[in-house]
Amino acid sequence: MTATADNKPVTTDLVTVTIDGIETQVEKGTLIIRAAEQVGIEIPRFCDHPALKPAGACRQCLVDVASPGPDGNLRAFPKPQASCTMPVTEGMVVNTQHTSEEADRAQKGVLELLLINHPLDCPICDKGGECPLQNQAMAHGRPESRFVDVKRVFEKPLPLSTEILLDRERCVLCQRCTRFSKEIAGDAFIDLQNRGAMQQIGTFNEDVLNFDGYGPVGIAAEDEGGKAFSSYYSGNTIQICPVGALTSAAYRFRSRPFDLVSSPGISEHDSSGSAIRTDHRRGQILRRLADSDPVVNEDWITDKDRFGFAWQNQADRLTRPLVRKDGELVEASWPEALAAAAEGLKAAAGKTGTPADKKAKGVGVLPGGRVTMEDAYAYGKFARAVLGTHDVDARTRVQSEEEHAFLGTAVAGKGIGVTFAELEKAPAVLLVGFEPEDEGGVVFLRMRKSLGKQQVFTIAPMLTRGAEKLNATLIPAVPGHEAAALSALKGAKEAFKALKEPGAIVVVGERLAGVEGGFTAAVDLAKRAKAKLAWIPRRAGERGAVEAGALPGLLPGGRDAASTAARDAVAAVWGVELPHGKGRDADAIVAAAAAKSLDGLVIGGVDAADVSEDLLKAIATAKFTVSLEVRRSAVAEAADVVFPVAPPSEKSGTFVNWEGRLRSFATAIRTDAMSDHRVLDLIAREMGAEIGTGTIEAVNTEIAALGAATDAERPEAPAVEAPKAEKVKDGEFVLASWHQLVDEGSLQDGEPYLAGTARVAVARVSPATAKKAGLSGVVTISGVRRGSVDLPLAVTEGMADGVVWVPTKSPGSWVAQQLGVAPGATVVVKGASA
Amino acid sequence: MSDHDWNPADEQEEFTSNLPNPGGLAGALLPVAGFGVSLRNFFRPTVTEQYPSVPANIQPRYHGRHQLNRYPDGLEKCIGCELCAWACPADAIYVEADSNTPDHQMSPGERYGRVYQINYLRCIFCGLCIEACPTRALTMTNEIELAGPTREGLIYEKKDLLAPMEPGMLAAPHPMVEGTKDTHYYKGDVLGATESQKAWVRAHRPDDETLPEHAAAGTEQA
Repeated sequence: MTATADNKPVTTDLVTVTIDGIETQVEKGTLIIRAAEQVGIEIPRFCDHPALKPAGACRQCLVDVASPGPDGNLRAFPKPQASCTMPVTEGMVVNTQHTSEEADRAQKGVLELLLINHPLDCPICDKGGECPLQNQAMAHGRPESRFVDVKRVFEKPLPLSTEILLDRERCVLCQRCTRFSKEIAGDAFIDLQNRGAMQQIGTFNEDVLNFDGYGPVGIAAEDEGGKAFSSYYSGNTIQICPVGALTSAAYRFRSRPFDLVSSPGISEHDSSGSAIRTDHRRGQILRRLADSDPVVNEDWITDKDRFGFAWQNQADRLTRPLVRKDGELVEASWPEALAAAAEGLKAAAGKTGTPADKKAKGVGVLPGGRVTMEDAYAYGKFARAVLGTHDVDARTRVQSEEEHAFLGTAVAGKGIGVTFAELEKAPAVLLVGFEPEDEGGVVFLRMRKSLGKQQVFTIAPMLTRGAEKLNATLIPAVPGHEAAALSALKGAKEAFKALKEPGAIVVVGERLAGVEGGFTAAVDLAKRAKAKLAWIPRRAGERGAVEAGALPGLLPGGRDAASTAARDAVAAVWGVELPHGKGRDADAIVAAAAAKSLDGLVIGGVDAADVSEDLLKAIATAKFTVSLEVRRSAVAEAADVVFPVAPPSEKSGTFVNWEGRLRSFATAIRTDAMSDHRVLDLIAREMGAEIGTGTIEAVNTEIAALGAATDAERPEAPAVEAPKAEKVKDGEFVLASWHQLVDEGSLQDGEPYLAGTARVAVARVSPATAKKAGLSGVVTISGVRRGSVDLPLAVTEGMADGVVWVPTKSPGSWVAQQLGVAPGATVVVKGASA
Repeated sequence: MSDHDWNPADEQEEFTSNLPNPGGLAGALLPVAGFGVSLRNFFRPTVTEQYPSVPANIQPRYHGRHQLNRYPDGLEKCIGCELCAWACPADAIYVEADSNTPDHQMSPGERYGRVYQINYLRCIFCGLCIEACPTRALTMTNEIELAGPTREGLIYEKKDLLAPMEPGMLAAPHPMVEGTKDTHYYKGDVLGATESQKAWVRAHRPDDETLPEHAAAGTEQA
């Protein structure tokens, strides 16, 4: 045995270190504090955070260290050393507070000094009860304070934004917040000021004002550049603050840790599938925190994930089904509502078995992009197996036939493709139709982690601040003509050369659906450069809907609805004949309902303002509409039968994130609210059909039984010729638009503090365009029909000429609803007549 | 079924005392010796309390119903910290705090207790909540009459627990005494409602009963 042990090759990367008498081998370069963690010894700390660079600011982690000198004899350091900044070396001997009196004394001394200026306001502090400083003062501190002088006082609290409040008295100057803002988020807004006893975390100079359209709606302190502080990730500083110095306005004084029940969950706000922790008290969500998930969101979430939860418990929350009687929606019992829904849908779908069936024009199904995979599956199966139609589309946003083909060939049923880790390690990333900060959430943080190591190129009309923070190179493109820019990447182009490096990734966003030939060109470019391709949609349910077959031409697992083999494979599991023919996509469903070519609609979580077609008009025209809603939305208000469904916190299910990773979550708060798949199961039963989607388990068993499509069952790859790049005509503007991360989306309702951190809505044009058109001040943008939007102008350097950018759903700028056009369309921009 | 029928005579045994019988006269009087105790007490003062016809004699430190105290200017002492709820072994206390705002200042400082409930069906009157209270907002009174016909009635709300207004107090909400911080209140530097506080209440709630003019009117009528 010893012989084999001796023969074992010595890994040079490991060093032997003795901590509190326990000898262990750790990787070279490991910090003492981490090495101690590995052998189960906890060293107290405040400033140390595994995801941040070492700072050695708080000095709480002092330990006795001795390491072998040049002569091989162990030599002790003269003073205790900060274990969070010192890497282990071969033969090092560390004695922590457990074995060294000196280290223990040093730690107690540091704690006493930290507490000198710390106010005794634990009873009113939000951190009380879960405070590392409080815990350590209890565990290691002196029972009585020896400090008799007056404590340092500051004005409190200091609002850094509408959401983040700073209490400088409580700060122990660990700099976790400043390091997070600089290293991780890239939005430095607070920093250390002054020295010695007066040292404090403070805001930047308030005299320097430079408005450039990235400021938030509400009040905010200034950031490093003298601009108003605006960050999508600022909530993380609250969570990592080891004292109560940074608190959230929304959770302020709401409860104590012992009141809260914590349930793990998955955020419903974006396609990243970030792990969150939902803290609730008596059935009411009080706050959400980031859960640590090293493969997905690491330790961070966006402010939207963190603060956007109030929407589900607004006054207009539905608790009982509604049925329209004599033109009025009235509360009804479940059996009554189910009977009404079944009757109406049977008539609309032509399933009554009477001669009237011949006149029935069918039902369209719009699940929306926010439901779980199981729900999307139920919608797809309900449409195909019960209503006998392929008119089902979860893409209530810009969509195209080409995108559909792309999703069928490259996304659906492909399992985990490009991962967060691969995105982080990629030597080069090309973004097209995708803004990582606004549309990707934590995707931005992962990419920013590789700042300086990763070349980022973005095909966009302008370089946003988010792209700037990634040090991205702009490949300017007029919206609608990104395909030409993609095709032009070849040969000796810098971006193409970078993409040819192994591991490079082309990231396409959902907005590319609005670009003719966009997906074709992206697939082609990825093939030419041998780069990987990742599709990152915005909404949490998009990928799940693609997987579950809630698209007109896609059956579960990426099967082509037009392929007989694919239909037979699904029919074998479902036990029903699948309809032939082609389904309509979301816009076509809405248009058909409005044109009386569809008799009925089944609508899930769709906001009427999501689609540029007039959904409310379509509902009014359609003979019968069933709405499955959490709240009494405009869609629910217009429907004939409304079923209340559970919001994500009150149901279990699976979101499939953009990687293709299944992000299952359990019910956080038990209520009697039912998820969409169960309600659809009940409606189907009432209609005399069995779809077997009553439980999550049943749905998942069926999805597993179906599996992914074989190559023969898949649709064909997209092949759409890109239109010739044409110059924008003089005096015309091409509309560019995307959603800001924090805007007026329906899942951010009821949270004024978060809304205050949303960026102000501005219209952006290039300096040349502004000069040519004589634009300044406030401009009016009008589409082909409906209304117009008035926004302040922000002249943006480096922007493509002839393009105007506006946010998609920010205050005062609801593009789909107000303009009724999609990005890439031509709009009229004029100076506002006052 | 038993083997034989039950017969009451089988159960009867003759009584024999376990006490030693001294014999003689004492032994003969032993069966009636207990009446001596009664006879002796005919001539002693009574200790029976005539509650409820006569008020109960309660010791000053008796743990009775809770009370939420006020500062001399009428602001509430409770800051909604929930330490009482935390300390409660019977889970009888429920607190929800909220932020004080300039328009709605209920207690000195940033935080006040918006909801305060004590469930007297659960309370065991141990007084740990009183020990936990950092502002001496929660104390116990000598009131012991805590019975009622409904569950809801025995969950005391903040309005049931708040101490009565004393002379010089002004009902919250109103601003803190000008130029003071919460520490001044804790240290006892605030001795009563000031003119500016009264002016604020007059401006915001002219009909407030705790304003001096209304208090005077009230006594005249009485």
